[in-house]
Amino acid sequence: MITLKQLASREEWFSSGHTLCPGCSIPVILKLVLGASRNPLVISNATGCLQMGSTLFPHTAWKSNWIHTGYGNASATMSGVTAVYRSLKKKGRLMDEKERKFLVIGGDGSTYDSGISSISGYMERGEDIVYLCYDNQSMAHSGGQASSATPVGASTTTTPAGTVLPGKLQTRKNITAIIAAHRIPYVAQSAPWNWNDLLRKAEKAFETKGPAYLNVLSPCPTHWNTDTDKSIELSRLAADTCVWPMFEIRGGTKITVNYKPRHKLPVSEWLKSQDRFRHLLEKENKWIVDKIQEEIDQNWDFLLSAQNEEETK
Amino acid sequence: MRANKVLDGNTAVSEAVRQLDPDVVMAYPSAPGAPMLERLAMDIANGSLDTELVNMESPQSAISGCIGASAAGGRVFSSASSQELAQMHEMLFIASSLRLPIVIGIADRALSAPINYYADHSDAMAERDCGWIQLFCESPQEAYDNIIQAYKISEHQDVKTPVMVAMDGWITSHTMENVSIEEPSEITDFMGKRIPTYSLLNSTKPLTIGSFSSPNYYFEHKLNQFQGMENSRKIIREVGKEFGDRFGRYYGYFETYKLDDAEYGIIIMSSAAGTAKEAIDRLRSRGEKVGLLKLRVFRPFPFQEIQERLLGLKAIAIFDRNIVPGSQGGPLYNEIRSAMYFCEDNLRPKIFPYIFGLGGRELNLSDIDNTIKEIKEKTEKVESENGFHFVNVRYRQVNNE
Amino acid sequence: MSHEAWNELKPGTIIEDPGSASNHFTGHYRKGLKPEFNELNCIHCFFCWVFCPENAIMTEAEKISGINYDYCKGCGICANECPVENKPKPLIMIKEVI
Repeated sequence: MITLKQLASREEWFSSGHTLCPGCSIPVILKLVLGASRNPLVISNATGCLQMGSTLFPHTAWKSNWIHTGYGNASATMSGVTAVYRSLKKKGRLMDEKERKFLVIGGDGSTYDSGISSISGYMERGEDIVYLCYDNQSMAHSGGQASSATPVGASTTTTPAGTVLPGKLQTRKNITAIIAAHRIPYVAQSAPWNWNDLLRKAEKAFETKGPAYLNVLSPCPTHWNTDTDKSIELSRLAADTCVWPMFEIRGGTKITVNYKPRHKLPVSEWLKSQDRFRHLLEKENKWIVDKIQEEIDQNWDFLLSAQNEEETK
Repeated sequence: MRANKVLDGNTAVSEAVRQLDPDVVMAYPSAPGAPMLERLAMDIANGSLDTELVNMESPQSAISGCIGASAAGGRVFSSASSQELAQMHEMLFIASSLRLPIVIGIADRALSAPINYYADHSDAMAERDCGWIQLFCESPQEAYDNIIQAYKISEHQDVKTPVMVAMDGWITSHTMENVSIEEPSEITDFMGKRIPTYSLLNSTKPLTIGSFSSPNYYFEHKLNQFQGMENSRKIIREVGKEFGDRFGRYYGYFETYKLDDAEYGIIIMSSAAGTAKEAIDRLRSRGEKVGLLKLRVFRPFPFQEIQERLLGLKAIAIFDRNIVPGSQGGPLYNEIRSAMYFCEDNLRPKIFPYIFGLGGRELNLSDIDNTIKEIKEKTEKVESENGFHFVNVRYRQVNNE
Repeated sequence: MSHEAWNELKPGTIIEDPGSASNHFTGHYRKGLKPEFNELNCIHCFFCWVFCPENAIMTEAEKISGINYDYCKGCGICANECPVENKPKPLIMIKEVI
């Protein structure tokens, strides 16, 4: 197992000087995911916070080959890159024989919503590409609008909590399960607080032949309205409240839960930590909190039971 | 050795693509151009073509894949028509701004609604501002020749701009004609392998492609792209000549037919030029001084050459095969009228906009006869040039009394 | 700094200078607070290093050696995640006069 000191001695693939907001979790996620690859990377990045914040011309924070084309098509772009890679390899026309790894990065908007068809497409075709979703649960770069990753009850600029409506009415899309339904070799959910978990999962994803998917919670101080120093702490709280379970699914069915909180905290702890949920703590909205808790409990129980079944078989 | 085959336009395109040995084909089917891809897939399945064909999940993904493939240094082909081309719209701009050589084949088909299966130019014309070079073909032979030239133009160091090669859906894509297929080694020799200036697969020299450009740079980036298109003017001519010197079929921005001594002219694109030529022969036999200009290159638009060629005619009828509501004419009409603005008044022909053939409506020889008659009368009576003329369409005066 | 003219740019918006964002300093993002590092009590766990979004925690010979204020945006994650207990923390946020 690699230590942080060893990781620090490796080359950094994402430099300082980017223009992401103070306290943004994305660079932390990148440090761990990019650091996990021992091969040269080619990266396709969807439009969003990361892409905008890392490539203000003429500067780039990227130290590996990197392309951005559009919002919902980052993985389709990568499908073209890998097709050429396969083709040139077959024809013996690659510049060098060193194995490359291919990584697509998108936020939740370009993953859960507009990019889902091209993600699903490459997974169906079994292309050897790792997909990383940094999930800040909103369309952060365009101003914090709701995405289908936004949790129920959250107040966003397009689902504001008002006198009649209590924020977003719909439950967030369970993207990890949708991806797992493709029966791809490796799917995992993680969060940056557990650097070891994320690093290990990224290593596994890169080692996997064929599609692999990482869904990583990315607390966003700007749109969650939280203190900038709390981003990592919040990702820990998400795991301790089971709002964001840390698990992996191999081959579409074999579920392993990687972190079980010693004391599972009530979701109200999570809700009161962020301004976007503040209105839920009012009396008339208690039914929403109860509903959220119920959904979390169901999901958590399902994960534990699915895992146990597998272990007993 | 050159082979003479009887092929439809789609097959002629896939023959050309096959001879160019692309690294990648990004496939998303769209009628009536899908057979271009199907034939390549069959060649791959039979082992006669060593190309990666990827079945993409949407047209947007297919063109995105082309961008990725080209940025990785590969030679890539795709095809689209109608709705599928429209779905590519956003990415077409990105492909040209990133200065990536890509060629796509288009079997032109009307845009919805109402949904329609047949030829007109509304799909390709809707993409005229997206920074792609646009070549239009009259016949399967031209489709074959243009695809080969398209790669050479697109990959040229001074151009590095994507090209769409359009032929009329069904009319050209599915009509069998004689096509000369050149010796594969001759084509290889003419083209060479693509030598990319950069590639995402070069791990020793990492690149950032598609960065965020602030107001400090965006304008400069767009001018840089603009220059690629401007450079293509020269290259298109050079490649057309080189192709002609080698294979005997010369290409320029346009082809003229009996235009030299003509007083009245027809401007038209793609397969309808065949009808126009036939009509002109008939009119000539009756002593009418009529000629044709068939435009091949719509982007970059050859303003100067068109202007020089049309100077001195009495009147011209411009046939657009798409309709732009709210505009004073079709795109071809507007470009040509703009090109003729700088002529001296006494040399400038009268210019009349005609819209024809929408959604596969036929263009008859008699339609051309009538057009010539109409523009002659109007010119002699010095009538206004304004107002659309719609060819072969029903209209009834409703009597409300 | 003079910007390139359009004819000086490489075709296709490409940037051939990997990691050049490090020429762009981001210290001015700080809004009155900055972390202060005191090696005395540091256990060199590297949590501050891994959780710093700006790569602003400097290391030397497997030890934390300081903070690069050219890049530090003053988010405070390093101080918040510092696990040192029962003695003065090696990383604290202090007022910065701008």
